[in-house]
Amino acid sequence: MRLQIPLLITFLAGVFMAVQFFVPHDLGVTAYTELLNWGRIIGAFALVLGIHSLLRTHLEKIRRRRHDWPYSMVAIVSFVFMVVIGIGFGSDPGSAFDWLFNYVQVPLDATMFALLAFFIASAAFRTFRARSTEATLLLVAAIVVMLGRVPGSLLVLFGQTGVGEWLHSTMPDVSEWIMNFPSVAAKRGIIFGVALGSIATALRIMLGIERSHLGGGGGGE
Amino acid sequence: MGVSIEIIGVWVAALMTLAIFSFLYADNPVYKLAEHLFVGISAGYGVVITWHEAVIPLLIDPLFRPENVDLAEPNYLVIIPGLLGLMMFSRFIPRYDWLSRWPIAFVMGLYSGLAIPASVQTYLLPQLHATMLPIWPGVEVDAWTALSNFLLVVGVLCTLAYFYFSREHAGAFGVASKIGIFFLMVAFGASFGNTVMARVSLLIGRVQFLYDDWWLPLVAAPISRWFGG
Amino acid sequence: MRIWGWLLDLDRRWIFLGIALAVVIPIVTKYTLPQGKPAPPTVAVYNYIEALKPGEVVMIAFDYSPSSMPELHPQALAVVRHLLQHKLRVVSVSLNIQGTSLGRDLLSQVGGELGAVDGVDYVHLGFKPGGSQVILGMGESIAQVYPTAADGRPIADLPVMEGVKTYDDVSLLIDFAAGNLPFAWIAFAGERYNQKIAAGITAVMATDLYPYLQSGQLVGLINGLKGAADYEALLGIEPSEAPGMLGMSSQSIAHLLIVVLVIAGNIAYFASGRHRRRGRS
Repeated sequence: MRLQIPLLITFLAGVFMAVQFFVPHDLGVTAYTELLNWGRIIGAFALVLGIHSLLRTHLEKIRRRRHDWPYSMVAIVSFVFMVVIGIGFGSDPGSAFDWLFNYVQVPLDATMFALLAFFIASAAFRTFRARSTEATLLLVAAIVVMLGRVPGSLLVLFGQTGVGEWLHSTMPDVSEWIMNFPSVAAKRGIIFGVALGSIATALRIMLGIERSHLGGGGGGE
Repeated sequence: MGVSIEIIGVWVAALMTLAIFSFLYADNPVYKLAEHLFVGISAGYGVVITWHEAVIPLLIDPLFRPENVDLAEPNYLVIIPGLLGLMMFSRFIPRYDWLSRWPIAFVMGLYSGLAIPASVQTYLLPQLHATMLPIWPGVEVDAWTALSNFLLVVGVLCTLAYFYFSREHAGAFGVASKIGIFFLMVAFGASFGNTVMARVSLLIGRVQFLYDDWWLPLVAAPISRWFGG
Repeated sequence: MRIWGWLLDLDRRWIFLGIALAVVIPIVTKYTLPQGKPAPPTVAVYNYIEALKPGEVVMIAFDYSPSSMPELHPQALAVVRHLLQHKLRVVSVSLNIQGTSLGRDLLSQVGGELGAVDGVDYVHLGFKPGGSQVILGMGESIAQVYPTAADGRPIADLPVMEGVKTYDDVSLLIDFAAGNLPFAWIAFAGERYNQKIAAGITAVMATDLYPYLQSGQLVGLINGLKGAADYEALLGIEPSEAPGMLGMSSQSIAHLLIVVLVIAGNIAYFASGRHRRRGRS
């Protein structure tokens, strides 16, 4: 029973959603919207699980006084503080919660990702080598796209000369062509593979052949 | 008062930005502090927003304050997903953790059922249709477009050949899969070029903030007033 | 040739410094460069909006978080400006938890500048979790998914929502996103409910979305900061007022530096003979 009921739930929910897609009917649509809402409600509960595992890691670090544990304190305190002021005092514009979002979270988040500009430049310099035909194709495509998106850079490199002007007007077209044809070809090959794979996986889940998501207790194959 | 809170905010934001950038020189306590602050604040943000925009309007209002969501009477059906959601927490109690399979099973079924028609309708059919391209120059397309289309069709087929592992990549099939690799490399190169662009844009965003919103109005201007006035 | 070895073993912090200067100097000196003609996929979005009639409804999805703001916010600013100038009704949603504050602030900023009225010319409906489920839900009934706007006003009371029941009443949906959501919009709003869709994306996602542009599943695509700058140029915004265009000089110099670094790295690698050493090991 511990396994049969979940398998039945999966099967029924799956078949209903798949069939509903093709047969729009008023009653079906109402049930369908309701089911979608249910999914969203369950999703909200699932967030708690994620938060729990995050907190556990940090609390464990504090309890055992592991290396750098005071920083874990910072993570926990800032989390609790954010939740208390956000739920207790609201999240409207002008609230303390809104201030923390704009002036603490936004800059931290954006700067974390901005760091990658430096690391990608350094990595390109160190590892991007024309060692084989394949690597050379990759390198050339990357350079054409990089310069084609910012043709002004070619005027800096070659000046307002004939070559500079010609590259300035041609490179964007070449880069757009790469994006539109060879790149689309490869990506589409991947899309077909992924689509067929996900149909197969969905069927396996609905039919109960794939059950690893149901976790331990002999659930997996 | 409103202005000064904003000014403090810009200072805080600037210092946060610089704290993260300090990692470029070397890992240091200031960076670690900012990093952990970030972890806590973003997790808290997620909880608060989910509370205000999902738990309240989808679960609490329909049950206890139906008038808030345009309902004449409470919608007791939402108790079912509410219970299913609570069953997720059985994970915390090893003896009953099998209960958490119910909500997971429901969500997996929902998504699997959606995925099948979506894959067929979104990915397979339209993308297949879009690959049936004119590859002979004529009234429809000029010679260059025909050639480009031809290349696209060949590229799709060869990429598929490369990903087809049920057959040995030898002979004509081997050549096709080799050509497939070439197409993949060009696509990865294009991806890389675009990724560089994206990362540099993010850096530009931070530098513009530091310079335009913080340095010029809040550092340079007061200093010049100090010396000028 | 010791110099090649020295170059290859350079402390990476010198490269960091180079990138920092390439970005900072153009911003501080207000250096400008010609940015070339607008990319065709961006022009396609612009033309599609131009062809809509005043009063038609365009739905915007603010599906990005602060981490991708530098690329997507200038795009959204330019597009929303275009929509409101063109007297189109703007209805916005967020499927990204952090996008909702960004969208709300952006709408009130542009709305304020153009004298548009919240609730009449535009409205922000806010965030709902669930991704594809929200998208599908709106295909059946927008009011069921969003009984109220983000600030709690019932949408039935808002003039901007008059006659807007499902996707059938929405002329174009534009998704500004930094994740997988454009695919969900294409699948569940586009294919299922025949919604016309355009996307504003981070450059990272570009190669993944071009196949959908070519297939016509997207009517247009605004790609990265360059896309924002192109859109601003199409609107005829002054470069000094345009956040996208202001960044493009730094973008150009930084790309140039990275290309030069890659080429120098290759020359050093082959000239220093390290490729042979590597081959043997």
